[in-house]
Amino acid sequence: MIAELTTNERQTALVILLALAVTGLAMAIAGQGDPFGVHGALVMVVAIAGVFTVISGYYAPEPSDSRLDSYYDTPTKFGIVVAMIWAVIAMFVGDWVAWLLAYPNLTFDAAWSSFGRLRPVHTSGVIFGFGGNALIATSFYVMQRTSRARLPDQLSPWFVLLGYNLFCIVAATGYLMGVTQSKEYAEPEWYADIWLVIVWVAYFVLYLRTLARRKEPHIYVANWYYLAFILVVAMLHIVNNLAVPISWGSAKSYSLFSGVQDAMTEWWYGHNAVAFFLTSGFLGMLYYYMPKRAGRPIYSYRMSIISFWGITFFYMWAGSHHLHYTALPQWVQSLGMTFSVMLLIPSWVSAGNALMTLNGAWNKVRDDAVLRFMMVAAVFYGLTTFEGSFMAIRPVNSLSHYTDWTVGHVHAGALGWVAMITFGAIYASVPWLWKRETMYSPRLVEVHFWLALAGTVIYVFAMWNSGIIQGLMWRTYNESGTLAYSFVDSLVAMHPYYIARAVGGVFFLLGTAIGLYNIWMTIRTAPRAASELAADRPVLAGAPALQAGE
Amino acid sequence: MFGFHYRLERKAIGLVLAIIGVASIGGIVEIAPLFTIHQTVEDAPDMRVYTPLELAGRNIYIREGCYACHSQMIRTLRDEVERYGPYSLAVESKYDHPMLWGSKRTGPDLARIGNKYSDEWQVEHLNNPRDVVPESVMPAYTWLLRTKLRTDDLSNHLRAQRTVGVPYTDDMIANAAADAYGQAAPDSPQADGVVTRYGKATTVRPFDGRPDELTEMDALVAYLQILGRLTDAAHKPIASAEK
Ligand code: HEC
Ligand code: HEM
Ligand code: HEM
Repeated sequence: MIAELTTNERQTALVILLALAVTGLAMAIAGQGDPFGVHGALVMVVAIAGVFTVISGYYAPEPSDSRLDSYYDTPTKFGIVVAMIWAVIAMFVGDWVAWLLAYPNLTFDAAWSSFGRLRPVHTSGVIFGFGGNALIATSFYVMQRTSRARLPDQLSPWFVLLGYNLFCIVAATGYLMGVTQSKEYAEPEWYADIWLVIVWVAYFVLYLRTLARRKEPHIYVANWYYLAFILVVAMLHIVNNLAVPISWGSAKSYSLFSGVQDAMTEWWYGHNAVAFFLTSGFLGMLYYYMPKRAGRPIYSYRMSIISFWGITFFYMWAGSHHLHYTALPQWVQSLGMTFSVMLLIPSWVSAGNALMTLNGAWNKVRDDAVLRFMMVAAVFYGLTTFEGSFMAIRPVNSLSHYTDWTVGHVHAGALGWVAMITFGAIYASVPWLWKRETMYSPRLVEVHFWLALAGTVIYVFAMWNSGIIQGLMWRTYNESGTLAYSFVDSLVAMHPYYIARAVGGVFFLLGTAIGLYNIWMTIRTAPRAASELAADRPVLAGAPALQAGE
Repeated sequence: MFGFHYRLERKAIGLVLAIIGVASIGGIVEIAPLFTIHQTVEDAPDMRVYTPLELAGRNIYIREGCYACHSQMIRTLRDEVERYGPYSLAVESKYDHPMLWGSKRTGPDLARIGNKYSDEWQVEHLNNPRDVVPESVMPAYTWLLRTKLRTDDLSNHLRAQRTVGVPYTDDMIANAAADAYGQAAPDSPQADGVVTRYGKATTVRPFDGRPDELTEMDALVAYLQILGRLTDAAHKPIASAEK
């Protein structure tokens, strides 16, 4: 890795790492006796390890100029492996948490292992650790191919990826120590948030610099989505995390907003984290890998445009559907509901565009589990957005809100859409990246596919059932006009579904672990001849970059 | 339109600006007006701030992730009002930085849990919920009784709260640690100051049953017992539910 950096970049890396080590030291001193200090020490150790790594490779010969004739893919490789490791860890924690809801004693008598601290490790781990790494890694891959340009330098992709993972680690270890802002999907505290802003700016600049070097006049659709993901997440993150720390030596801060304004800001953020992290970014992935794998151009360029701008515009209005019947003024709730329903149009245009792209390639979908992952993802995307628009209707939400139905909806999207498209994209890129004919074992990809599908279906059906039963029990009256069930009655009724969900989770987790093993074994098998790869070079005008069909 | 787009997608900066523009509108229209406070948040002259002990308890509630299973927002629906009490008003979370409305009810709503149970019940329940409710799936928080409450930084907490808009006085900030101790030790000299600074209605009790030692349990129970009782506003208009 260090051998791929120029001497100049090695020096810059050292400066950055030393600055980071000093910052870590300062944090460790200022935050003695507080989790802030522990994080300072962690940052310092990581930075010092980085310094040693750079120094040990410092005198290696500089990379030759011939590197400029090929894409720079080492960061993508790293990101893919790390994403899969996060996936296994975070899904393990997710399944643990699922078992805890059925058998609350399946844990240690220690604060770090209680439900409330593990749950954000799961949510952040899957969304940011697994999803985020996969997005960053594939975006590097896709932006180079669709621009036919190499990344502008070797250092900034590493800064983005490693910096981002430092953020994820600080976040997850923080939750275990009880460091959290309690804002869903924005739990990390102020110092982690500031660090993420720095990393994110570097990511944005890197994206723009690569686009500026492109040899394709047009910016391909996938890049619009990745760009929207980068830009809007930055916007949301900065506004929602505005907070005042209690001192420079403490992890704790207080949100600038309170009460109803805070609720609206949080769900404007929360819903659009769904939109721009879990949807836009992954649509970018879909728009590159699906046509590539199917060997067919995107069905419609116009549909891409309509759905892109529709999603970017409508989603931002929809956050208030998380606050129906609350103390939020009703006009905001109504706006949120209206836009959520309209949002179905661009969402289904996207899903339709993806599925129509497969027209004429259905035989491939039947034979190729990788393409099938992507196809199922597009179907679940359509399903989840339909469900979401439905749940956003006020009377429906009066039943579904606060129940497991929401959790069912979340995982229909998270497992069926986000995870499936990611697995598809990863299985497609691994042989391309490591110059292999195929995955180590296509059979295991097939096994993973069926485990993942079975796990998702079990999970989602269990939660639909429990959610609707729960919602109905809470509002059922008996003849004398009083509430028929106590809260504990509904709790008892959930028990079998919680077990079913946890079993579904085992399936899904097992599939992911098999995926990681398969990727690892692919990396270890022998490479094929280099000559076949001529088409995958930026400067040779070999294969044209992806084009839309029309 | 498509012709225009055909040109737009050739310019990275154009695309960036267009995305920022299109994505900003929704948030601006929906969020900015909420800061015209008087139309959004009711007036409640009797509303008091959290005492340092209650604030510390609230931070434990956040730290342990209670919000992942409990909401603090009773919606304007008949069954919720009958199950949990008058529906929540915006003013009730006016001093909540951040709010803890929650999005999932694995356990019941807690917006009006204050005074529903005795301190002893709360302590026993938190220590092991299944001792009192055998079917419960709530985690046992055994370490709360064992852990001493950290009070040395409470003044910093109050100061930061003031920066974000909660009306703590200099006096409250200066005496934060003593007030936290006093509120859980009724016979101590520090107890009087709590009532002077935070009002007569403030509960001064040995929440975990042991006045000599200030534990995290004291703080969390003090917080739970004040939930829904910072103001009477929600009880005043007969809370008629929307059906
Ligand atoms: C895994 C989810 C979960 C977590 C986390 C959780 N609870 Fe609970 N809680 C429940 C369930 C389920 C019940 C209902 C059964 C019972 O009373 O134990 C409950 C009941 C309660 C009650 C009684 C409510 C009533 O009206 O009877 C209180 C008070 C309470 N929890 C406080 C807390 C506090 C404080 C925390 C954090 C330290 C917490 N809970 C964390 C699930 C949870
Ligand atoms: C092995 C697979 C998984 C299992 C067993 C699992 C399990 C769980 C459980 C038990 C919860 C808590 C639900 C509750 O509090 O009632 C949860 C929440 C959540 N999970 Fe997963 N999960 C899995 C995979 C994923 C993936 C891949 C993602 C995202 C890409 C994801 C995203 C989320 C989110 C966003 C929440 C919060 C939901 C909410 O607050 O409504 N999960 N998960
Ligand atoms: C048209 C698109 C969509 C709409 C209108 C929509 C709507 C909704 C609604 C109404 C809720 C319930 C809010 C509540 O009652 O608390 C919800 C929750 C959620 N949705 Fe969607 N949804 C859409 C697509 C998606 C997709 C594609 C995902 C991807 C994973 C997703 C992830 C989530 C998550 C994580 C939550 C839980 C938030 C929480 O309470 O913690 N949604 N959505």
